[in-house]
Amino acid sequence: MIQADQTNGSAGSEAGNEFLAFKLGKEEYGIDILKVQEIRGYETVTRIANAPEFVKGVVNLRGIIVPIVDMRIKFHLGEPTYDQFTVVIILNIGGRVMGMVVDSVSDVITLSRDQIKPAPEMGTAFNSDYLTGLGTMEERMLILVDIDKLMSSEEMGLIEKIAA
Amino acid sequence: MTIDMSQFFQVFFDETEELLAEMEKLLLDVDVVAPDPEGLNAIFRAAHSIKGGAATFGITDLMEVTHVLETLLDRIRKGEMALTAEHVDAFLTAKDILKMQLDGHRLHTDVDLDAVANIRMMLETMAGQGGAPAKAPAQPVGAAEPAARSDRRFRIELPPVPARDVDALAAELGLLGDISRETLADQRAAFTLVTHEGVDDILAICSFILDPKDLKISEQTAPSGDGSRQSIDERAAAEEQQGYGFFEPMHSRIAEEAATKEKENAQGYGFFPPFVPKEPAAQAPESDQDDEDEPAAHAARSAAPEHKAPAKREADKAHVSAESSSIRVGIEKVDQLINLVGELVITQAMIEQRTDTLDPILHERLLNSVSQLTRNTRDLQEAVMSIRMMPMDYVFSRFPRMVRDLANKLGKRIEFVTQGAATELDKGLIERIVDPLTHLVRNSIDHGIEPPEARKAAGKSEAGRLSLSAEHQGGNIIIEVSDDGGGLNRERILAKARQQDMAVSDDMPDEDVWQLIFAPGFSTAETVTDVSGRGVGMDVVKRNITTMGGAVDIKSSRGFGTTISISLPLTLAILDGMSVKVGDEIYILPLGYVVESLQPKPDDVKEITGQGRVLKVRGEYLPLIPLYKVFGIEPRFTRPSDGLVVILESEGRKAALFIDDLVGQQQVVVKNLESNYRKVAGISGATILGDGGVSLIIDVAALLRSSRQLNNESITF
Repeated sequence: MIQADQTNGSAGSEAGNEFLAFKLGKEEYGIDILKVQEIRGYETVTRIANAPEFVKGVVNLRGIIVPIVDMRIKFHLGEPTYDQFTVVIILNIGGRVMGMVVDSVSDVITLSRDQIKPAPEMGTAFNSDYLTGLGTMEERMLILVDIDKLMSSEEMGLIEKIAA
Repeated sequence: MTIDMSQFFQVFFDETEELLAEMEKLLLDVDVVAPDPEGLNAIFRAAHSIKGGAATFGITDLMEVTHVLETLLDRIRKGEMALTAEHVDAFLTAKDILKMQLDGHRLHTDVDLDAVANIRMMLETMAGQGGAPAKAPAQPVGAAEPAARSDRRFRIELPPVPARDVDALAAELGLLGDISRETLADQRAAFTLVTHEGVDDILAICSFILDPKDLKISEQTAPSGDGSRQSIDERAAAEEQQGYGFFEPMHSRIAEEAATKEKENAQGYGFFPPFVPKEPAAQAPESDQDDEDEPAAHAARSAAPEHKAPAKREADKAHVSAESSSIRVGIEKVDQLINLVGELVITQAMIEQRTDTLDPILHERLLNSVSQLTRNTRDLQEAVMSIRMMPMDYVFSRFPRMVRDLANKLGKRIEFVTQGAATELDKGLIERIVDPLTHLVRNSIDHGIEPPEARKAAGKSEAGRLSLSAEHQGGNIIIEVSDDGGGLNRERILAKARQQDMAVSDDMPDEDVWQLIFAPGFSTAETVTDVSGRGVGMDVVKRNITTMGGAVDIKSSRGFGTTISISLPLTLAILDGMSVKVGDEIYILPLGYVVESLQPKPDDVKEITGQGRVLKVRGEYLPLIPLYKVFGIEPRFTRPSDGLVVILESEGRKAALFIDDLVGQQQVVVKNLESNYRKVAGISGATILGDGGVSLIIDVAALLRSSRQLNNESITF
């Protein structure tokens, strides 16, 4: 039910759009707001044995089992501390629900198309394949992440590739 | 009529499919020598309903085939023709053709038009032959018939109807004889039909599309003159006198059809209120009489009302009970309900847990309510789960036909019995068990049961016995495919296994030898038939059943037959689990795998170099699997004698799982890990505990399988 509300998000991303800004280490990132289902505090996860370190485990989100990944561990940014201020962004990517731990969530920013510059080849923790551009707004600079592509990438290993 | 019919198509398709299945079942039950009239009537009714539905939705090809089928059925059920085995075969083929056509409309699959033409021809020829009248001496009709069958010319004037209906009608009437068509001055269509059928047949056909009272039918010339009329009269009279028990005289069929049609229209296949306008049906005969001066029609009309009334009432009753006893609901709605109830159960468990600490005297009323809530939730959960349960009959019912066809094809005689068709199983599982079972049944027929000569030589009855049974056993359902054929050939299996470089030895226990046939590419069949023997299949069977959480077991004895039993959990959604604790983590072990749990004595744990540790339990050495090592947990105890072990058994293999502690036993709602994450080795799913936390369910079968390679140093799946 929750999934259904979110699935037709990608259509609008071409035009100027709203982005959820969050912080990882010193950098500020932005993801398409339509991929975000909700934002929650960090709660105890159930560890999954033999999973990569950045996969913290799974939680119960109103009856759905949702995996939680810690971006700070995955991209070696900041200190992975877990307290009442730790934030989990719950994403809905193609009907699959997953949570991502970040340092903090700042706000929702609307960027028009001319505020978005092409992504540089270097300089961010994320592989530039997963970047869609740089958003600038007065003093702030937002690294725009193609969260769809990142989360479904083989590197994250969140989605099983169908064996040929 | 501005109702959008397309919304009813799905209903029509579903109903037709059910009717076809019903028809097949009835056909297979028919005793050719002494057919049960009620059975024949039921088959006829099924064919008739399909035809009616097809006509309503303008699906003419379906209607045409059912029409010829119905014509033949009608003659048989009225005893004009004796039922033969050929008829039954033809009917079964016709059923397949109808299914194909139905799928063609519904799923847009290919329809073999040649096959359609063939079956129509076959049925028409059969209907035309007349065959041996079942009650020849008692029928004066027999003698009069030839005269009655001579050609007559009718002129049929239609009321204003859409061109499509006119086309459909022309095609349908064309089946009776030569038809020519003209358009009248006022745009109405008129047909001239030369046929040897009577006016009642024409009316019967027209009544699918039109109200018969709007129709003008006149006989233009009657080549055989009085003779023909006379004979029809006689026949009608004779039939009426005889009454034929439960059969309605042929002439009443037309009125009945009109009535049924009306009724069907009115009911709209379950969507419209079952309001039956009695007036039009009753009026039709009267008004017809004015238009016609055909004596036979008179006889028919006067006969109609008496017979029509009870027939209609009976049909009504059947309809009503069928409608009220079941409703059609999408499976996703049911699953959603089950999910919601699952969550309710979890919430209820949370409340129970949180009120546990309250003072029972101060909070007596609250606690009472909570315990009532617990009871209600449990009942609700059981009730909801039962929605998904379906009787095994759903699967079993498709086998008699297959067995019959295969046995004919292979020249074998097989007596097929089923047991426990009422045993219920989760719908999701029931659908997935069909293919493996089909494969096993085919195997039994092809390889298991010997040809009649061989059976006779072996001192067995010529007809082999194949049985399918289902029964509940604890939380499992056991499905058995059993034959009394030749049994598995141990030597040949072993020889074949060696040929394929599989590790085998001559002193392997039978049980292990039988399991070899599940290896990919393994077939001992000397010849590959189109039925089986390609060596694909058994491994797929095994794999399918394992993924359903089940197990396959073979018992076979040379010369006496083979029994393959499949054991499956009743449902995938709920599981009886034992929660165990290692370090801070809680895991669920499916109770079905748990044999016992015990605290081992230090002396019973033995080290085997390079092989890990084993535990001696009542003289048996079991591999010891430390769960903390498998899942990389920081345990409370590292010495087995400090903690507990749970003895697990799967696929005939046992192992001792070393854990810190047992927490308890509970029913858990199984959640899929893969829906949002990926498959995790050693874990079959997850569940939500009473405190809202998630706990993982251990895939015991995989754990035990991997335990062979387990040693102290590296634990890998």
